[in-house]
Amino acid sequence: MTAAIRISGLEKTYANGMRALKGIDLEVREGDFFALLGPNGAGKSTTIGILSSLVNKSAGEVSIFGHNIDTDLLAAKRCIGVVPQEFNFSQFEKTMDILVNQAGYYGIPHREAKVKAEQYLKRLGLWEKRDVPSRMLSGGMKRRLMIARALIHEPKLLILDEPTAGVDIEIRRSMWQFLQEINAQGITIVLTTHYLEEAEQLCKHIAIIDQGQIIHNTSMRKLLNGLHVETFLFDCAASFEQAPEIADYPCELIDEHTLAVQVDKEQGMNDLFAELSRLGIKVLSMRNKSNRLEELFLMLVDENAEKGAA
Amino acid sequence: MMHWRSSWIAFTTILFKEIKRFTRIWPQTLLPPGIVMALYFVIFGKMIGSRIGEMDGFAYIDYIVPGLIMMSVITNSYSNVASSFFSTKFQRSIEELMVAPVSPHVILLGYTLGGVARGLAVGLIVTLMSLFFTRLQVQHVGLTICVVFFTSLVFSLGGFINSVFARTFDDISIVPTFILTPLTYLGGVFYSIHLLSPFWQGLSMINPILHMVNAFRYGILGVSDIPIATALIIMAVFTVALYSLSYWLLVRGTGMRQ
Repeated sequence: MTAAIRISGLEKTYANGMRALKGIDLEVREGDFFALLGPNGAGKSTTIGILSSLVNKSAGEVSIFGHNIDTDLLAAKRCIGVVPQEFNFSQFEKTMDILVNQAGYYGIPHREAKVKAEQYLKRLGLWEKRDVPSRMLSGGMKRRLMIARALIHEPKLLILDEPTAGVDIEIRRSMWQFLQEINAQGITIVLTTHYLEEAEQLCKHIAIIDQGQIIHNTSMRKLLNGLHVETFLFDCAASFEQAPEIADYPCELIDEHTLAVQVDKEQGMNDLFAELSRLGIKVLSMRNKSNRLEELFLMLVDENAEKGAA
Repeated sequence: MMHWRSSWIAFTTILFKEIKRFTRIWPQTLLPPGIVMALYFVIFGKMIGSRIGEMDGFAYIDYIVPGLIMMSVITNSYSNVASSFFSTKFQRSIEELMVAPVSPHVILLGYTLGGVARGLAVGLIVTLMSLFFTRLQVQHVGLTICVVFFTSLVFSLGGFINSVFARTFDDISIVPTFILTPLTYLGGVFYSIHLLSPFWQGLSMINPILHMVNAFRYGILGVSDIPIATALIIMAVFTVALYSLSYWLLVRGTGMRQ
């Protein structure tokens, strides 16, 4: 099977001397839903910028569905749809015109472009706003407009750079559902996001980039299996002055009714509940302190920072 | 074949978008040059012109009409591309074109011919307005059309280069204000260079706008201060040089790609 994206030895040094990418290798399989995660300034947007021809690379090779961007750029561009982080459409153009014009840039005749634009505007809940100048749309609508625009030429690969930044939870979940649907139809998706819950819910594979290098690249399942310790928060009926001693489970007092308890994957939860009952602690509710992927992400980035410091 | 068809559709998309843009905001783009030129016709043509008498054997208003048409064509072609392309960069909607499989030739032709369309539209408006003040009889139709088209193209390309390097909206008004307007006023729009001393006549010859205005005047009135062949060569050289520079800047992504 052809790789949707194949990157080898990719480097980028900006004019000010900043080395954003230090020779990364990455492969994204066709049909994958791939997360590219990293802290701010790690090199995610630079990588996406190079893939979408908005940033010139300094060294390395990039192929999109077998089309090398140095030798076969136009064919590579036909395969990609890009949803950038910042709004990048004309504020004065109407929603419908933005889509029809974008289709025109890909060589789609006007009549066909209007049909496709109608189809995507309806699918993404923007049809009522088709004659509204884009500046009049809400933040969530603008994000959906950028997704519609990226899909208007029916690309095989969709790249989304923080597509749900600043949108409310309802719209975010409807966008997740939409992305899952188009992924099921065969479109490869690469996603960067700061909402790690989003990556955990949607993505099959994940790469973590930090300081211009890929520090982890694996399947989501394998990555999450690597998480040995999780922290759970217990809301208790009684109030505490200090954290109770729970055998084999490190415990911390968050507030007078809330305990944070670390649970090793090998230990399981049964013994913990038995111990809580023995101590007469009545648990009202329980939740993860943070998202599982978030814990792993922070751990890996911290490890990488320590390595760098050493 | 497929590639050519796609490129043609992309080209017409950019061109029609540009035409739609300047016609949508016609009170800013098409109306002001019409009003300004009407004032020129009234003041310089009727009020003062009647006292000036003849210039190169023509009534003064007849003499200045070709120059005033060219002045409108030059400034509007330039400012259309400069403001439109800079605005596209400023709003980052240039990225829509950069991610798409559109060749730099298509982008360049789309934007510059959009500028030519506005230049010619304004030129036509000014020409129609001049008919209220004088009777124009075009002597050389082919040459007139050729000169106005290539002059408009040269200044559209100039506007494109300006917008590539511009970082603020001020940067796209500096060249028209401090270079284009003085060169146009000193480019034989209002007078024949034969009225100048030999030194100033010689200095005027390095002004490319002088050659373009005179070639256009020759097309309409049949008189010119300079040889027409020289004017055509100058326009050809400027067209090729500015197109090549614009193309190179686009391929390089200057001011657009990091």
